[in-house]
Order: sequence, then C-alpha cells, then structure tokens
Amino acid sequence: MAEPIAPSDTVNDVGNDAASGTPNAPTSASLSPGATTLLFVTVLVIATSGLVYELLAGTVASYVLGDSVTQFSTTIGTYLFAMGIGSWLSRFVKGDVARRFLEVELAAALVGGGSAPLLFLGFARAEAFEVLLYSLIVVIGTLVGLEIPLLMRILKERLAFEELVSKVLTFDYIGALFGSVLFALLFVPVFGLNRTSLFFGILNAGVAVVGTFALRPLLDRGTVIRTRVIAGGIAALLIVGFVRADELTTWTEQDLYDDPIVFATQSSYQRIVVTRHDARTSLFLNGNLQFSSVDEHRYHEALVHPAMSAAARRERVLILGGGDGLALREVFKHGEVREVTLVDLDPAMTETAARLFADLADHALEDPRLTLVNDDALVWLDERAEDAAPFDVVIVDFPDPNHFGLGKLYTSRFYRLARRALADDGAMVVQSTSPLFARRSYWCIETTMRQAGLHTAPYHATVPSFGAWGFVLARESRFEPPTELASALDGRLRFLTNDVLPSLFVFPADMQRVEVEPNRLNDQTLVRYYEAETRELER
Amino acid sequence: MSSRREMLRVLLGAPFVSLLACDETPAPRVPDGELLGPDLAFGHRLREPLPREAWNDAPTRRISVAIVGGGPAGLSAGWRLARRGVRDVELVELEPELGGTSRSGRSELTRYPWGAHYLPLPPASYADLRGLLMEMGAYRSGAPAEEVLVREPEERVFFRGHWYPGLYPFAGASADDLAQLERFERLVEAYVGSFTSPFVRCARDHLALDRESAASFLDRHGFTSARLRWLAEYATRDDYGLGLADTSAWAFLFYWASRASDDEDVRDGAPVLTWPEGNGAIVDHLAGVIGDRFRTRALATHVFEDPTGVHVLLLRADGTRERLLADHAILALPRFVAARIAPELSLSRESFDYGAWAVANVFLRERPDERGFPPAWDNVLYDSPSLGYVTATHQRGRDLGPSVWTWYLPFTDADPDEGRARLFSAEHGDLAEACVRDLRRAHPNVDACIERIDVWRWGHAMVQPRVGFLRGGARFDAPFVHGTIRLAHSDLSGLALFEEAFFHGARAADDVWNELVGNPRDESAIAPPRAESPT
Ligand SMILES: Cc1cc2nc3c(=O)[nH]c(=O)nc-3n(C[C@H](O)[C@H](O)[C@H](O)COP(=O)(O)OP(=O)(O)OC[C@H]3O[C@@H](n4cnc5c(N)ncnc54)[C@H](O)[C@@H]3O)c2cc1C
Repeated sequence: MAEPIAPSDTVNDVGNDAASGTPNAPTSASLSPGATTLLFVTVLVIATSGLVYELLAGTVASYVLGDSVTQFSTTIGTYLFAMGIGSWLSRFVKGDVARRFLEVELAAALVGGGSAPLLFLGFARAEAFEVLLYSLIVVIGTLVGLEIPLLMRILKERLAFEELVSKVLTFDYIGALFGSVLFALLFVPVFGLNRTSLFFGILNAGVAVVGTFALRPLLDRGTVIRTRVIAGGIAALLIVGFVRADELTTWTEQDLYDDPIVFATQSSYQRIVVTRHDARTSLFLNGNLQFSSVDEHRYHEALVHPAMSAAARRERVLILGGGDGLALREVFKHGEVREVTLVDLDPAMTETAARLFADLADHALEDPRLTLVNDDALVWLDERAEDAAPFDVVIVDFPDPNHFGLGKLYTSRFYRLARRALADDGAMVVQSTSPLFARRSYWCIETTMRQAGLHTAPYHATVPSFGAWGFVLARESRFEPPTELASALDGRLRFLTNDVLPSLFVFPADMQRVEVEPNRLNDQTLVRYYEAETRELER
Repeated sequence: MSSRREMLRVLLGAPFVSLLACDETPAPRVPDGELLGPDLAFGHRLREPLPREAWNDAPTRRISVAIVGGGPAGLSAGWRLARRGVRDVELVELEPELGGTSRSGRSELTRYPWGAHYLPLPPASYADLRGLLMEMGAYRSGAPAEEVLVREPEERVFFRGHWYPGLYPFAGASADDLAQLERFERLVEAYVGSFTSPFVRCARDHLALDRESAASFLDRHGFTSARLRWLAEYATRDDYGLGLADTSAWAFLFYWASRASDDEDVRDGAPVLTWPEGNGAIVDHLAGVIGDRFRTRALATHVFEDPTGVHVLLLRADGTRERLLADHAILALPRFVAARIAPELSLSRESFDYGAWAVANVFLRERPDERGFPPAWDNVLYDSPSLGYVTATHQRGRDLGPSVWTWYLPFTDADPDEGRARLFSAEHGDLAEACVRDLRRAHPNVDACIERIDVWRWGHAMVQPRVGFLRGGARFDAPFVHGTIRLAHSDLSGLALFEEAFFHGARAADDVWNELVGNPRDESAIAPPRAESPT
C-alpha cells in the first residue's frame, strides 16, 4: 500500500513550495550522491514501518475489541485520514526541514514502536480504550504522514521533479509491499504483535541516526549530537522491551482477564482462553465470556430444560454449537435421551472441553450416546438428507452474532433448515443474546424465527455473569409455554423450578418487543443491530 | 524465467508485471492443474468440412424438431418444447457436456462455474424467466428464495492493501469523487425507464448512444473521477469483456439501467441470484426437463432445407456420420458457427465480434491470510486486469477451510483477434502464474494454500457490444425465422447474458410450437406459455 500522499497531493505540495521558493529552506544541493541514495533507502524503511504501524493498530483493535466488521475499516480510515493531516501539516514546516524530519523520526520510533504494547496494556487498564486507540492512531498517522513530504522537500533540489516523484513513490510502494508481505508472513507469525511493533520502532530510531549522517551538511552540531543521544535512548528502551516481550505478552493478555489464564490456544477459528481462580473456571472465545462456572448452571438449565419439557418426546436431541459440553450435561439429565448429535465447528473447542471441563460437564462428552460432528452447522443442516430421522429437541447455542460468519447461523434460511430437522411435535430453542442490552438483536432473532414459519415463545433468565439473558423457544405449531418441567428433573436442578418456569416467559417493559427487520442470508440485519447495540453499550 | 516474465507481461500488461515483479523472491512453484477448454480440434473440423455428399449413405433419422447447440439458448428451447408437450425433439451438442459458456465443474468439495456465474433477478415484466425460476424453486411466495440470493457480504474490493465492502472504493475518496458518483447514479436513473431485460423490450429512443463509446459518454458528462471510471470499466469488462473505449455507450447504460430495480438504488441494482456452480444450476435444471432427448459429441456441420425438410448433418467424435431430417430446426449457435454451417441463410457477421477469456478455478486447502473486510462472494481487485474471483463455497455458507475460487481474466483488446492469439499462446503455467500473482496482492501467503489450479481458455467467450453494435436499430428487428429454420442464441441480442439466451431459445420454441399446432405466428416477442403456466 502506498502512503496516502495521493500522487496529486505530492505534486501540489512540492509544486507550491517550489513556486514560493521557501527562502529559508536548507538546500540539498550540498548532499552527496551517496547521501541521496541513503535517503531513498530511508524512504523504503519509512514506508515499510508506516504500513506496519497501520496494520498493527487495525489488528490489535480487532484482536482486543472482537472481530467486528467495522473495527478494521474505521481504524484504517482514521489512520489514512491522520496521514492526510500529516501531509497537510508538512507545509507549515518552514525552516530547518532536515531537523524537523529527524524529530518526526524520533517521535515515530517512540510512539509507533511502543504502540502495540501500549494498546495491550491500555486495554486492560484504561477506562476509555477507544480514546487511547484513536489518539495513538492519529498521532502515528500524522507522524507517518509528515515523513515522506518532508523528505521529498529535502531531496527536491537534488533531483528533477519527475524523477523525484517517481523515485520516492517507487520506494514508497516497494516499502508498502514489503510491509504488507512481511507483516503477514514473517512478523506476526514469528515475532507476534508486540515484538513487531518494537522492532519497527528500533528501525525508525535507526533511520534517525542514519539521517544524522546523510543530512550532515544540513544540520548543526548540536542537532546531530542530540538526535543521536535521544535515538540511542529510545532504541535501548525498545530493545529491552523486545527482549522481554514474552513476559510482556503474557502480562498483557493476562491483563485482559480478571482471573489467571490456565489455558490459551489459537485454533483455526478462534482464540480460546480458559481462566481459573479458586473454584471459578471461565471460558472466553475471542475475548468474549462464554461461561463462568459460578453461574453457568443458570444459563444452561434455562437453555435446555424448557425445550426438553415442551417437546413431546426426548429421545433424539440435536445440539448446534455448545462444544463446551455443558448443555449436553443438562440434556443427559433426561433419562429418555437415547441419541445426541452435537455439531460444533471447532475441534479445538471440543478437545479443550474434554480436557478442562470434564468434571464440570459430568463427563458428558464421553457418553456413548453422543455423536460428535465438527462442521459448520449451516452446511451440516443443508447437506443432511431431507428424509433423515428428525430430532425431538434442537438446541441452538452459538456465540453472539458479531460477524457475518456467525450471523448466517441466525438467518431465516438457517431456521428453515433447522425446522426440517425437527420433529413435528418437537421443540427447539435458540440462545438469543440479551433482550435488555441488545434488545433489537434479541427481537430480530425472534422475528426471524417466526419468519421461517416457527411459532415462538420468547423467554429470559438472569445469569449474573452476563446479565439478563434471552432465549427463544419454538415449535412447529402454535403452543403455550411449558408450565411444568419434565418429571425426570425433580429436585435435580439448582436454578429452575416449576414455580420459576412460568415467570421466565414474562417480559418487563424495558425488554419488550420492538419492531425489527428479520435477518436473512442476503441481508444480515442482525449483524448490524448487534454491532450498533454493542457499540452503544461500550459508550 | 525471462520468457515467463515476457508471457506475464503479455497477459497482464507491463505496469502490473513491474508492480508485481518486485517480490522477485524465489518464485514459488507454479501450481499443477489442467488446461481445459472447448474441443478445438473437433470444432475446427468445420473449417474444412466434408462435402454434403459424404452423408449420402449415412443413417437418417426423421424427427419433428432438431435443436443445434446445447448452451442456455438451445436448452431453453428444448425445455420450452418439453413443457409444451412436444416430444419428438432432439438436441445436439458438440462438446461432451451441455451448457455452452455456462458450464460448470465439480470437485469433492463443491461445484464451481467455468463461465457464467450469476443472474440478476429479472424484472416482473419478464414473467417467462421468473416462471423458470419458480419452477426451479429459486423464486417462491413472491420473492427470490433466500438460498439463491447472494449471501451477504456480496462483494468487496481490494484497494490500497485492504479489503473494503462493496465495489466502489470509498476509502480516501475525495468530495469530488463522491459527488461524481452521486451524479452518475442520478444520470443512470434518468435512463432506467428506457432499458429493460430482455434486450428487445428496450425503448428505441436512445439509439444515438450506440454511436459513441462509453468512454466518450463519460467524458461528455464530465466524469473524470478515477474511481468512478474504474468502476464503470469494471462493469464493462465484467459483463462484456470490453474496455470503456470499445463498449457502446448504449450497452454501457443497458448494464446499469436495465438492472436498476425500483426499490434499490442504482449502484446496488437488482438482487443477484447465484449457485455454487453459477448458472450451471439453471443448465442442469433445463437439461433435467429435456431428459434424454439430446446427444453430445455431435458436431453439426451442415444445416440446409430442401423439400423433404431441414437436414442437419452430424459428425460424431468417433468419425461416424448421421443425418437428422427434421420438420423444424432451431440453431442455438454463435453467429460465427451458424453463418458457416448454414450458408444458404446468408447470415451477416457484421458486428459479431467475440472476446477471449481465461477462467481459472483455484482449489484451496485452506483460506489464505488477508486484511480488512471479511470474504465476500465476489472479490474484486482494484486496478487489476483480472476481475478478481468468486468463491464457490460462499453461497452454501462454508466460510472456513478448503474452497474453490473462480478467477476471471477477460482479454479486452481493441482487436479481439489479438486477444485470442495472446490467450492461445499461453500455456497452463502462464495462466496459473498470472492468476497466483494477481491473488498474491491481496493474499500474500496464497501460494501455500493452493492445491491445484485448473485453467479454461475460452477463445470465443462472448459476443461483444462494441460501438455501433445496434446497427442503427436493425439489431432489434433482425429476422430470426428463415423458413423452417429458427435462430436462437444470445448473439442475436449482441449481449452475452443468460436472459438473452433464454429469451431467444423460448421464442424460437414458441414459434415452432405455434406452427405445429396451427396457431398464427406470434409477432410480439414472446408469449407466456398457454399450455402450462408456471405459476
Ligand atoms: C467467462 C464467462 C463468464 C460469463 N458470466 C456470465 C454471467 O455471470 N451471467 C450471464 O448471464 N452470462 C455470463 N456469460 C455469458 C453466458 O455464458 C451466456 O449468457 C450464455 O451461456 C449464452 O448461452 P447461449 O446458449 O446463447 O450460447 P453458448 O453458451 O455459447 O452455447 C452455444 C452452444 O453451441 C454449441 N455448438 C457450437 N457449435 C456447434 C456445432 N456446430 N454443433 C453442435 N453444437 C455446437 C457450443 O458447444 C455451445 O454449447 C459468461 C460467459 C463467459 C465466457
């Protein structure tokens, strides 16, 4: 990617300058050819590190804030905008361009190099992480935006205008290419985000030092010495960070969680983190809490038993999602259950659960009645033979719809396919986010299910770790919500009782139905509702 | 190596090679795969055909209707006749498979297109085609079925190192860019009433536009924004395989205005229908209705009338000859073939130019890295000579793991023969490498993910609506009936679109049927079927 000095901007910037003749600008006529070459190498380094900072900001933002759709675009957009500010500001640098250039370089080394660790630390501590994020992005973007125009001004009298523009842009593009290729192929996989950031900071400091040599004729002695000393200091700081980055990484990721991390892995699909403190075990996927052992019984009892109790039979059960095995544990509390099929996308999830949650899940994942499938639930339902035996109960337990890949599992198409797998007198339940915090999302899911031809009974339960949580119970034909739990459960539940059950279907005023558009494969309204609502919540 | 570089320069154009060539890292091995395409050797037997007399002692089969050409037009004709209850039909196709340029392929994982990959929802006024969609279950209860509407996200564009949603690169667009985009949309809106699908139903009040190029039209209206012009040219390359400078401004506006539905804004256009195998799904449906009344690997080399009927002389791939003697024939063939095998019809070849295309199907073990907006169905690279790729697994919802990407490269040369020559001078390795280099811009580690690349060379991929293709309006009224021979092919409209192929196929079939049952000829283009209404 090119620096955002759109070629036309550059032309104007330099052109105006040349026209006004900026009297006190140092001339570069005194630079040796060797120095000029060195400066072009500098452009390369600058372009590479500029791009890398940008990618870092976007990656860290989507990493810690969740992989939301707009996260990447807005950070990048802001960054490009800030670079525009930088380019524009460069015209106010009147004298001493060479010294200013070195100062910009030093600042970029410090702020850019420190950006990733700073963001990680900030996420856990700062009240308003977004303020920190965007301030950093604006500062780095502005500095990077200043670099190339300043350098071009230094070089402009050495070279013919066309040659200058073409050379600078060439190195700029090559640098951008290096940056983008190396970032994905080398730096992130090998160095990790923190070390990548620190490494490029060190490079920037190096550029400042090289600059003191290349631009020597344009600088006074004081500047040269000062620059070298400061650059050395910054580099030393960053190198220490680089060497001890591993500690920094655990420290920073640990900071995202209240409890000590006992297990963390990056599967092909998601980041799985398990924390534990005394008896409290918690699971996080991409930083989002999935359950906490303190109150997960509330969630899973509320998810499973209303549907199990509403269905005419409970012999064949289908669980979509729910690879942690906890919904499965609840299902097996019903003695009639003969076969359960559990479809979860991520083998790493079910393996992690088998290892770490076996006790919590009463060894449900080891039960011989279970068939475990690792596949995308939509594809699995779609490819399932139309005449395969239907299920008595279908339990749908996916992470919240924060991107299109998850949003498709909440569409009318999905519910139509799920209906096909459901017995006529069966029951289905869908975990549906919070009707309090994500009210439109919740009702969007309910509306979509009705759109797909299901009859619904919305309900909710309080799960302290999550707040007020919503579910939608559904059947093929009109029905009244269950008033009694299936008899097998007598006394075996900690949260649900026959007294509590009917109350779950009563909605307080602030959670009641709102008019929303259904969620369809070709128009995923839900992803947009959910994103808007989580953004409102973060404010 | 240098000759390979030369080849890439030839394929992709110099600026791209120099841009791409800077990662002269040890070039990863070009992936394996097959080089595919229509059976040229067999097709070329038309160039020096055997004399008609060679069929004198060939076996003769007497039938009611012979359909020549098994692309969408011929299949639509066969489908229509089958739906009308006409059974004594035979369809012949030279390739081993039906489908023409809407063919598709299949791997263990998924089906994927080799040519046409989507159909915009036809307007309500095009009831016939909506009827076909209903029959396929792709349109029900008054709306397109959810599973065939392109799943969101529909498209994205790779621009300055990142993927962005939509086709227009909004990132960093200036106020002037945006103003021009909006002005362009308003301008197109003014034309919406005049353009519709199928082509023959368009108003005849803008014929003057056909005398200038799309580029000159945009110049004349002061559209200078580089992004807007890129988007405009993307459209002409995508649908017609032509650059702005060669596309008729009429055809350019047809693209935008005929697809603007009332409730969507112009840039979004009508909802798009797709299947993993692209329009191959429609081909399969039509073929299913026709049943076994077709034969493949049969090249029609002569078609002529005499008092006994229409003779269709066939050469089989094994060299055997056969004669179909029919009461009626439907020639669902491109014009350059029809003109050659039925010389008595004196079919003009003026304004029938054909562009060359390469299509690569890239089989991925896993998805490569990328940045920005998440994967879409249509993934377009800004400023690339290719059109980007569509993802076969997108529509079914398989977002992770192995996939097949279909990558399209049109040869938009001013002289179509030059493009064809360049295409056929390229081998599998050249085209596969061009494809990988293009993809690598957006997916730096794509090499590691590729299992295989199959490449298809379409020498005569599609007819091109160049400046003047309407021939002063004559194209609208070009006769399609020549005695008992009817023409049916998208070429008649000069627009290589499924909607046109279907229109001509169904119209020819209706004309035959009217004659068979003694109805007066229906001069107005196409009548809704009376025998079996699809609703
Ligand atoms: C790469 C590519 C992408 C495309 N994308 C789209 C798209 O997305 N949407 C869209 O609507 N259109 C698209 N098109 C155009 C699309 O292919 C046409 O709309 C459609 O296939 C035309 O159908 P047809 O029947 O008129 O012609 P064809 O598909 O050309 O069919 C003609 C048939 O006649 C056969 N034939 C030729 N000569 C003889 C002979 N002598 N004897 C027997 N048989 C013969 C041929 O083998 C062929 O099967 C695309 C085309 C290409 C090449």
